[in-house]
Amino acid sequence: MIVFDRVSKRYGNGREALSNISFNIHNGEMVFLTGRSGAGKSTVLKLIALLERPTRGNVLVNGKNTHALKARHIPAFRRHIGIVFQDHKLLADRPVYDNVALPLAVAATPLKEIDKRVRAALDQVGLLGKERVLPQELSVGEQQRVGIARAVVSKPPLLIADEPTGNLDPDLSLEVMRLFRRFQDVGVTVVVATHDMHLVREFGQRVIVLDNGQLQGDAGDSLPSLVATR
Amino acid sequence: MSLAVTSARHLQAFLGSLGKLARSPLASVLTLVVIALALALPTALRVFVTNAQAATGNFANAVDMSVYLKTDTPLAKAQQLAQAAQQRSDVAAVTLIPADQGLQEFRNYSGFGDALTALKENPLPHVLHVRPRTAYTSGPALESLRRYFSAWPEVDLVQVDAEWVMRFNAILDLLRHLLLIAAALLGIGVLAVIGNTIRLEITGRRTEIEVTKLVGGSNSFVRRPFLYTGMLYGLGGALLAWGIVALAIVVLSEPVATLARLYGSRYVLRGPTTDDVGVLLGAGVVLGWIGAWIAAARHLRDIEPRA
Repeated sequence: MIVFDRVSKRYGNGREALSNISFNIHNGEMVFLTGRSGAGKSTVLKLIALLERPTRGNVLVNGKNTHALKARHIPAFRRHIGIVFQDHKLLADRPVYDNVALPLAVAATPLKEIDKRVRAALDQVGLLGKERVLPQELSVGEQQRVGIARAVVSKPPLLIADEPTGNLDPDLSLEVMRLFRRFQDVGVTVVVATHDMHLVREFGQRVIVLDNGQLQGDAGDSLPSLVATR
Repeated sequence: MSLAVTSARHLQAFLGSLGKLARSPLASVLTLVVIALALALPTALRVFVTNAQAATGNFANAVDMSVYLKTDTPLAKAQQLAQAAQQRSDVAAVTLIPADQGLQEFRNYSGFGDALTALKENPLPHVLHVRPRTAYTSGPALESLRRYFSAWPEVDLVQVDAEWVMRFNAILDLLRHLLLIAAALLGIGVLAVIGNTIRLEITGRRTEIEVTKLVGGSNSFVRRPFLYTGMLYGLGGALLAWGIVALAIVVLSEPVATLARLYGSRYVLRGPTTDDVGVLLGAGVVLGWIGAWIAAARHLRDIEPRA
């Protein structure tokens, strides 16, 4: 699903965010991407969503080398990726329904189909009945769930999340993570960047640890020991 | 993407744009007024030229040409020439005034009757009065007709009694050119106004554009509502311009009627024709579209999501 092959990313200010990183993420896997802030977690996600391009190396997503993708094909490419943000990036002046429907609208989905899918997505995150509510009338946790509904509404094969629990208390965080795992259960590849080690340990999934732009560790269920040493 | 889906998308974008205009009424109205004034000016000028031409339409009949033949030309030859001239497509009528008839008229009307009887022979030549067809009363057409007569060996002098008509036509022609220049300049003005309005709107909706691009919205998807907004501004401005011109005509119709009466005419001020209105509305829509397109092409590209 995702292949990073000796990828480096240097930003315009000369800071090297990633140096020579390689890893594979398979179809249907759920992977935590951890490390301190500034370790390069966000950069990895940006490279996957083509918000940035690698300075060196290749990034393959869905079997496509992002390097070869022309700018005008990026929108279609992004429609196959659901993205969840820490600040959820909802449109404040649009009701929940419009926010969730946006990925379908840009893909020219028929209106009937949009209606069906938006309701299904809201149902999955437990927000059915909140269609007409504006985002700021919802709690932070609910807002994040709207963001997740928007990310999954077009049934993308890949879901990426950047610190999705950054603003949530432990209970809500757990709830959001369980939600992600439910998507994994139905075959979605899920990549979650987080610095919340408790959460990572709790879920016991594969963990990729970044430190200062370097790959520090990549391990499956046996990871807790690795995390503990940091 | 099916046609029905495409139409639904466009309709959605269109209604969305309409809603946005309604939500910021003051700014929208100010923009509309500026566009309307810029469009009303050339329209009013156009209506003025049309009216000036219509009001003076009869004058074209006043154009005529006197062709003086040489005194030694026989009457038979003069008749032959008159017939030849009559064949031309740009000539409406030719009247031959033979020298004798001319002398008779001169004797009757000039008051030199007695003095003229003293003359041994008639000093007057045969004269052809030529009235060109209405379509051929412009300067160049009259000039070519004059040259045609001058080329005959029997012709002594060609006099065009239409200088002021030609001047008047030249003024109308000048006004028409001014109209084109004004329309072009004000059209650019409308482009700038709409472009700037759309630019502000794009800046104001930056987050929305970013998020739309994040979830895979293409440039054309993001651009669409702005194009509709621009088009609506153009159309709205054009409709308002039409209203302004119509109002001006109502206000001016009474004084114009009075003026016409004083000249013994029953001329009634005419409003813009259906064609004029069509061009006005079409220009509004097209300028709105182009203005929005330019702004969108320039500014939408700069907005790329940075998550």
